[in-house]
Amino acid sequence: MLNFDIEITGEFVAFFVLSVCAIVGAVLAINFTKVVHTALSIAFTFVSIAGLYVLLEAEFIAFVQVLLYVGAITILMIFGIMMTKHDGEGKEPGRPLHDTLAAIGCICLFGILFYGIRNANFPTESAPFVEDNTREIGKALFTQYAIPFELVSVLLTVAFIGAIALAKREEESSQ
Amino acid sequence: MSMLSSYLTLAAVLFCIGLFGVLTKRNAIIVLLSIELMLNAVNLNLIAFSKYGVNPSIAGHIFSLFTITVAAAEAAVGIAVLIVLYRSRATVNVDEFDELRR
Repeated sequence: MLNFDIEITGEFVAFFVLSVCAIVGAVLAINFTKVVHTALSIAFTFVSIAGLYVLLEAEFIAFVQVLLYVGAITILMIFGIMMTKHDGEGKEPGRPLHDTLAAIGCICLFGILFYGIRNANFPTESAPFVEDNTREIGKALFTQYAIPFELVSVLLTVAFIGAIALAKREEESSQ
Repeated sequence: MSMLSSYLTLAAVLFCIGLFGVLTKRNAIIVLLSIELMLNAVNLNLIAFSKYGVNPSIAGHIFSLFTITVAAAEAAVGIAVLIVLYRSRATVNVDEFDELRR
């Protein structure tokens, strides 16, 4: 079953290096005790995933990933870390039974997913992919997906107004 | 083993690491970051299928753009809720927010 007949190409080497970076960043993020280290390690994982997007010929998504995940979400999390206190971190009593059960569950899920991926029949050669994908994304967004695009912009506006209102109200009542 | 299987396996690994972080970590900020990691794994699947799938098209890119937008909204609202909770309870540990259970 496990016949890894991989031809060593430049693409595969790049994929291997980037995926190792992504997995190492994620594992370190789970293992660090300080929250700031976790946030920076997750940012490293996000940058590696952006590299994988470039490898998959999705340059626009890669730049959106760098702008939004690395630039916005990680910085937002670092601001969240700054505005809350983390004195007792790393000193809390562990929950060995709970952690072990969670680890077993995650490994079981990965086993099922890996079994499914190994047994699936994917087409060997794919049709040629679109060349200028940023232009194609723009065309699709403003023709076929125009209504979902507008809806998601409304959702984003509502969510940000809601976030500001949530974080502001307590301050007014305490003054 | 084709490139598609490699990408799907990598996404499964990242998803399981994120799930483990969500289930075991107590700090709410780490839980939010783990959720972002899981969403990123799903995005990687969408982009991989968009290139190597049965019918390669741009739709996977569009879907992942929508996922990224919703993830940004989720992170913003999550951090706002977390700051309000921190003001009232002076903690960010998720297992101490248990008023509904008591």
